[in-house]
Amino acid sequence: MTSSPLVELADVEFSYAARPILKGINMRFPKGKVVAIMGGSGCGKTTILRLIGGQIKATRGRVTVAGESVDALSHADLYAMRRRMGMLFQFGALFTDLTVFENVAFPLREHTKLPESVVRDLVLMKLHAVGLRGAAALKPSELSGGMARRVALARAISLDPMLMMYDEPFTGLDPISLGIIANLIRRLNDALGATSVLVTHDVEASFKIVDYVYLVAAGVIVAEGTPDEIRDSSEPLVKQFVRGEADGPVGFHYPGTSYPEDFGLPGVPK
Amino acid sequence: MIGAIDHGLRLIGSRVVDGIWKIGAASRFAGTILLRSGMSFRRLQLTLDEVYFTGVLSLVIIVVSGLFVGLVLGLQGYETLKRYGSAEALGTLVALSLVRELGPVVAALLFASRAGSAITAKIGIMKSTEQLSAMEMMAVDPYARVLAPIFWGGTISMPLLAAIFSAFGVFGGYLIGVVIIGVDSGAFWSQMQASVDLWNDVMNGVIKSAVFGVAVTLIALFEGFDAPPTAEGVSYAVTRTVVTSALAILALDFVLTSFMFTGV
Repeated sequence: MTSSPLVELADVEFSYAARPILKGINMRFPKGKVVAIMGGSGCGKTTILRLIGGQIKATRGRVTVAGESVDALSHADLYAMRRRMGMLFQFGALFTDLTVFENVAFPLREHTKLPESVVRDLVLMKLHAVGLRGAAALKPSELSGGMARRVALARAISLDPMLMMYDEPFTGLDPISLGIIANLIRRLNDALGATSVLVTHDVEASFKIVDYVYLVAAGVIVAEGTPDEIRDSSEPLVKQFVRGEADGPVGFHYPGTSYPEDFGLPGVPK
Repeated sequence: MIGAIDHGLRLIGSRVVDGIWKIGAASRFAGTILLRSGMSFRRLQLTLDEVYFTGVLSLVIIVVSGLFVGLVLGLQGYETLKRYGSAEALGTLVALSLVRELGPVVAALLFASRAGSAITAKIGIMKSTEQLSAMEMMAVDPYARVLAPIFWGGTISMPLLAAIFSAFGVFGGYLIGVVIIGVDSGAFWSQMQASVDLWNDVMNGVIKSAVFGVAVTLIALFEGFDAPPTAEGVSYAVTRTVVTSALAILALDFVLTSFMFTGV
């Protein structure tokens, strides 16, 4: 991770009201790499994507994209920056009133003055890249979950972004669709010469395609390294996460009153 | 006892703070929509699409309701006017009732139920399925691209719908009064023409319906945008849109009528 970073988080803290979500996060996302942010549900992974995209501002610290501090950008500059970013949402977030073709054409029509014939060719090329050129006329309601994710991916890359962000791209997919999406993430990153930030908790699928991993728990980075380094880690929390063990440093039971106390068993003070 | 009072006071305080916060948030929301309305006029097709969504798709209920309100007004008005020997004034009664009050108010209530609820559901679902976030991340401002065109679409549609409601209401009054009961057709139309003033009656009705259009569309947009991203959240937001809009229409109608027709 020595090459220059496209995205950098320096000592970033973030809270929702009084509830701290991130506590002093330092991350670097080098150009051309696919980097995963992993961790259990609710650990603050998606918050990191929202910070990078400028949808929320850090309570403390600095988020830098392509050398510019995201928090300090004006509304216009932030939108100019976002034109160079692509984001795949957990369930695709396709516009349900538009067809597949119109969804992919949407960023092109909004941000460019390209003739319609060029837009058509570009859209079909993007759809071809995700294997769905034949589905151009369908509505999102006619697509499976995996297909919707691929269309959303085609839409996200329609302006050839320098940075791709993926929010839980593998959730709810069958093994075939999952494999297709995982391969596309890697292939498209390399073909576009982009940098990818992959938020996921799917160890098996992501370890095959990423260059580096940050493991986040309770708002802090608990481990980082290449997939092999993470897999071989002797840290109990890392081992529990990678092997998917039900109990360990992350307890099975949600904190609360003790079991005997809840059932009023003898010996428990009232 | 003290605990219950304390709890009650806290509850009242929390409701008041929530209410003030919501008014502030809604005002800021409305201001942002107005500030980012440029695209609604530069790309007029976006606004025209929303005129279709909020206006044209509400036409059936507006036309049918207007016609029936006119039919009932014709029947009731004739029965009352006949007692005073002024059945020929039926046209005046029907037209003034409709253009001053019933047209704007009933059309706005129907608009809130049909278009307002649809707007809230649309925006609420777009938010809960992350379509608005996706748009933001594609560097497309949802305020300018989605919310402002709906606002202007609703604001343009409402006076047109109220006018259509009144027109069909007058036609309903004509059907009952002239065609069925037999009031003189010339008297019906000439008395109406003589008594209904373009500025004092018709234009005031148009102003009322435009104000209702702004209020209902803003309430519907804000409730959808503010809805928690869950099925219950969107469902409660739709209900709040219809109830709040109805109350706002009636309250605004009272205030506007006070200024327009009684010189208060």
